[in-house]
Amino acid sequence: MEGDDDTSGPMIDDEIYANGVDGDNEKRSRPIISSEQLDIEAYASLYSGRTKIMRLLFIAQRSQSNEAMELEALRMAYDEIKKGENTQLHREVVQKIVGRLGPEYGMDVAWCDTVDRRAEQKKEKLENELNAYRLSFTGYVVYTNVVMGEMFYSGYRQSWSCGLYLRQCWATNLIKESIRMGYNDFGDFYYAHGQLGDAFKSYVRTRDYCTTSKHIVHMCMSSTLVSIEMGQFTHVTSYITKAEQIPDALDPVTVAKLRCAAGLAHLESKKYKLAARKFLETGPELGNHYNEVIAPQDVATYGGLCALATFDRMELKAYNKVIDNLNFRNFLELVPEVRELINDFYSSHYASCLDYLGNLKANLLLDIHLHDHLETLYGQIRHKALIQYTHPFVSVDLHMMANAFKTDVAGLEKELEALITDNQVQARIDSHNKILYARHADQRNATFQRVLQTGNELDRDVKSMLLRVNLIKHEHNLRASRKH
Amino acid sequence: MLLEAPLRGVAPMLTAIRKIQASSEHLTSLHPEFLLLCLLSKSYKAGYSILDDDIFEVDQPRDLFLYCYYGGMICIGQKCFRKALELLHNVVTSPMTVVNAIAVEAYKKHILVSLIHNWNFSTSLPKYTSSVAQRNLKNFCQPYIELANCYVSGKIVDLEALVDKYREKYENDNNLGLVKQVISSMYKRNIQRLTQTYLTLSLQDIANSVQLNSAKEAEMHVLRMIEDGEIFATINQKDGMVRFLEDPEQYKTCHMIERIDSSIQRIMALSRKLTAIDETITSDPLFLSKTGRERHRFDFDDFDGVPQKFNI
Repeated sequence: MEGDDDTSGPMIDDEIYANGVDGDNEKRSRPIISSEQLDIEAYASLYSGRTKIMRLLFIAQRSQSNEAMELEALRMAYDEIKKGENTQLHREVVQKIVGRLGPEYGMDVAWCDTVDRRAEQKKEKLENELNAYRLSFTGYVVYTNVVMGEMFYSGYRQSWSCGLYLRQCWATNLIKESIRMGYNDFGDFYYAHGQLGDAFKSYVRTRDYCTTSKHIVHMCMSSTLVSIEMGQFTHVTSYITKAEQIPDALDPVTVAKLRCAAGLAHLESKKYKLAARKFLETGPELGNHYNEVIAPQDVATYGGLCALATFDRMELKAYNKVIDNLNFRNFLELVPEVRELINDFYSSHYASCLDYLGNLKANLLLDIHLHDHLETLYGQIRHKALIQYTHPFVSVDLHMMANAFKTDVAGLEKELEALITDNQVQARIDSHNKILYARHADQRNATFQRVLQTGNELDRDVKSMLLRVNLIKHEHNLRASRKH
Repeated sequence: MLLEAPLRGVAPMLTAIRKIQASSEHLTSLHPEFLLLCLLSKSYKAGYSILDDDIFEVDQPRDLFLYCYYGGMICIGQKCFRKALELLHNVVTSPMTVVNAIAVEAYKKHILVSLIHNWNFSTSLPKYTSSVAQRNLKNFCQPYIELANCYVSGKIVDLEALVDKYREKYENDNNLGLVKQVISSMYKRNIQRLTQTYLTLSLQDIANSVQLNSAKEAEMHVLRMIEDGEIFATINQKDGMVRFLEDPEQYKTCHMIERIDSSIQRIMALSRKLTAIDETITSDPLFLSKTGRERHRFDFDDFDGVPQKFNI
């Protein structure tokens, strides 16, 4: 971005023009993070599992203009895939690399074959096991029923039959558990091989064989994970609700994971305010436990941006929401840029806040979840900054405001015009002297105006209604006379 | 025998209407004929005089449709767009079992007049419109709906392109004159929007933002709008600036109070009328027997006075 010498000039201006708190007048050293290239290696190390690969591939796809970066991402994705068992992805990546990374990163047919062969064997084994369990399960149920029937028929003493019955149940549960494990293994197997649809089905199927609430939670978590990978966020929401209905089996880590997943789901469905709430509620227990979906850094970024875009000033500060939220502060520490920009926004240093946003933008556009929503969120944040800036003033010099927002007067005028037309800023622009005047609506006049208008509307509506009544009556009479 | 002199019929017809009418609220079958004569002879004033009466009683729905349609056209000729809108609105929202040509033509004019007068048009019809109209009217008026949608965007170039595209259709419908008025009203709309956002603006900037060719033209438009009382502004010719002012009406004058008072009186009379009609309906034996039959099927709680069927 700019060198330090350049920034010092406008910075002093900022201090003068920025409205709001000017308590921290000491030289605010601004460690503006340069918008240099994303450090892919550091980024990738935050994640694990499938999402790491997908994120890398996403980066590669989005940075096609920058070949070095694309290849770097592809190379890491290639290495990562080799650790797993997903041959399909391997083929895709190789196609994308097209030999640009030398012979080591070509198609590894031998590896593919071994993995595929092993996968076949494993699948067969799993199927056999599962079938065996299922057979014995049906067998056992039938057997139990028969035994029970005979017992009661032949009038065994009750205490003895009870004992037997309990043992039977225990055995049934054991088999049920085995079947559950079987399906679960199947889910894991499919997931590892990239067959997400089948994995989802298998995980969901375990539901019938869950015997403890812990199992249900496990089922929900697995389904959520797979649905996030598939991008099916309606499933995500439904399984989160299911899991949250079982409060006794939820440990803090799971709760935090659920919050994150819910936040993601809301983010995808463009409910930014709800998303912000969920991310802010996420407990610090999350740590690195949910690497296969989201890194704690992301929680800070997503939550911070959504909150900035949707919360008003009060909410931003008050009831433990963003700045005073102890939980969330832990996350914010991980991404100092976001923390700084929220603080800047709150203390009305809009220029530096927008600077931070601008610097983050390139990297955030490479985020697999955020990229779609970035423009909307940025737009909303900017609008809110403009509104907040003008709010306390009776008149604002547009030159100063343009300075504070690092744009030119003409551009600012256009932005303000849009906001005023939307009735988000109550003000009018004096384009001659370049001053923005707050507009104080005259309540009395407005009321008079409204009353007269409402009166006219009522008059008109009632008259046309009466006319319609008469027409309906007429038609009704006509029909009645026809009947006779 | 055709005399081809519609003007000669106007006066006798007017007398005839006054004689036949049971009350001034009564619509006779002579009304539409009279209005047609007025239209043909371009004596809008004479026609306008009977449009002032509020009509409630109707013998033939067709009479009402024609009366409102012709009435709307006379009002358009007189530039009384508010009244015209009201009349055309009545045609469009009247109960009907089949779509009729009068309603379709009225809907087209309604769209155009609404754009000229209100600077916008909502394509959704009110709830009380008959379902037939709701379903079908739009299909018959596609060029007009497109015009309305294009109008909202505020881009004069797009609008003109669209008008060129459908010029023949508009011409066949005899609406081209109105369409041209729509185009010129867009300048007004855009200038009016500027008054919401700006206190002062140079004529050149106005010309730029409403896509006029020169500051001179902008000045002419602004001047005309000030004269018509559509905006409040002063033009400073020395430096070419326009200063937009707030509405100077302070609602303090006797005249204004009289106006408000007359409004109140009018609405009170209307509400008395409404009560009277409500009483007649609720004491109508047919209505009572019908609602009585239906009442048993519901809980008393979820019952409101008028059954849903009559959503008028």
